[in-house]
Amino acid sequence: MSATTVILQLLQVVVGLALAPLLAGWVNQCRTWLQNKSAPPLWQPYRQLSKLFHKEVVLAHDASPLFRAVPYILVACMALACAIIPTLSTDLPFAPAADAIALVGIFALARVFIALAGMDIGTAFGSLGSRREMLIGFLAEPALLMVFFTASLISRSTSLATIVETLAHREFAIYPSLAFAGVAFTMVSLAENARVPVDNPATHLELTMIHEAMILEYSGRHLALVEWSAALKLYAYSCLGLALFFPWGIPEGVGLANFAVAVPALLGKLAIGGFLLALIETLSAKMRIFRAPEFLGTAFLLAVLGMLVHFLLEKGI
Amino acid sequence: MTPATVSIGAQFINLLAAVLLLLSFAMLSQRRILSLIDLFAMQGAVLFVSTLVVAFTTGQVHLYYSATLTLVLKVLLLPWILHRLIRRLNVKWDVETLINIPTTMLVGIVLVIFAFNLALPISELAGTITRSTLGIALATVMLSFLMMITRRKAVPQVIGFLAMENGLFFAATSATYGMPMVVELGIALDVLVGMIILGVFFFQIREQFDSLDIRHLEQLREE
Repeated sequence: MSATTVILQLLQVVVGLALAPLLAGWVNQCRTWLQNKSAPPLWQPYRQLSKLFHKEVVLAHDASPLFRAVPYILVACMALACAIIPTLSTDLPFAPAADAIALVGIFALARVFIALAGMDIGTAFGSLGSRREMLIGFLAEPALLMVFFTASLISRSTSLATIVETLAHREFAIYPSLAFAGVAFTMVSLAENARVPVDNPATHLELTMIHEAMILEYSGRHLALVEWSAALKLYAYSCLGLALFFPWGIPEGVGLANFAVAVPALLGKLAIGGFLLALIETLSAKMRIFRAPEFLGTAFLLAVLGMLVHFLLEKGI
Repeated sequence: MTPATVSIGAQFINLLAAVLLLLSFAMLSQRRILSLIDLFAMQGAVLFVSTLVVAFTTGQVHLYYSATLTLVLKVLLLPWILHRLIRRLNVKWDVETLINIPTTMLVGIVLVIFAFNLALPISELAGTITRSTLGIALATVMLSFLMMITRRKAVPQVIGFLAMENGLFFAATSATYGMPMVVELGIALDVLVGMIILGVFFFQIREQFDSLDIRHLEQLREE
């Protein structure tokens, strides 16, 4: 572990924290374009965050210390996730600390805390949202694990850095199992990030909302942190998808030249990924909440199929 | 650990086989008849491309003919006939299933495991570059069979039957580089004629019972 790798590691987290609202803004902009509306500026999420940071926090009478601590825990979890997922380099000092399974655990930790905060005040909407969130979560988690296992079977390691190294820096080969895992991962990340087929991120006014129902009681800097962590989660999932399925451009070394390649590659891939996300959101209609288990069951199934296909087709590879 | 043992052509065929399996599952989980027909046409298109790739990598000329046959029959003609039937019968409603869809999918995955294990010793005997896809072909046949069993209406059952033929065709291509031309032409004609006869059946069934629900056929007594 040299000083440069540590700097790169910190830089990766900082880039994540700074870029996450931009990605959210870009997705919003693409979506409004696709819906023939005039789009908000790209930096709208930053404005929103700074506005919220300057506002006063209003707490409910029944709020416990947990309610106030949760926004910080959320941001910490998501920043940690951004530190583990290789985006700018695969030579990360943090990477041995947590593998793909621990990453799923970090996401689960954040989910448990936001669900607790939703129930903390005791409003009907909050506990409704928490219950729905846990329903989605417990179905999405095994599917996400199976996606990781498919990639781990190919690279024989559950460490994300090793997976990316094997997939990116090795002779080109087509992996049909990764196609299955990719579809499954897309479905899981749509559900986990409260995107359209499962939840609508753009409204607070529907009885069908999941994520927004839990955070209705937050205000001021707490709300800013919660929204920031939601953007970070989207960024983390996007980077995860890029690292697993489109790992080209993530360098192994730490030199300045590598860095100059890695940043534009990351920005380009995120821009395309964000556009595709907006496209999916525009093309699909929101599901009934009781269709969500079927949706996520399909994702789980596809991930398992990916593993089976790996055993059948990729023995020689 | 080098991918040199498997050529790029074989890898591409493997990918197409995986897409075929994916489409089979999509058909199994599909509720709408119109999307089901589109998925069937897509399956035909994948079959067409994979036959072309096999023909190109192995230099088997007769496979080009069967690829053309696939394109004309399964991508263009049959979906067109099905669309016409749907319009004439005026059945655009959702497909009803006997078992709910998640359970069907779970049964489907058990079938896939069964088919993969069944195909392993057989594919050892085959000498083709596509032999590892035999398991997927078998799985496609079984999944189509499952679709025929679990659907209640006549049209999805027929689509399941046609998808099963797709799987058989893929199995033939992957195990022995396709059947003799006479057999292939015969099967293609059979499928076409079968489709037309079944189309007539649809009208007869609807005339008799005012619905395409197969359950009505289970009662044999006149009342």
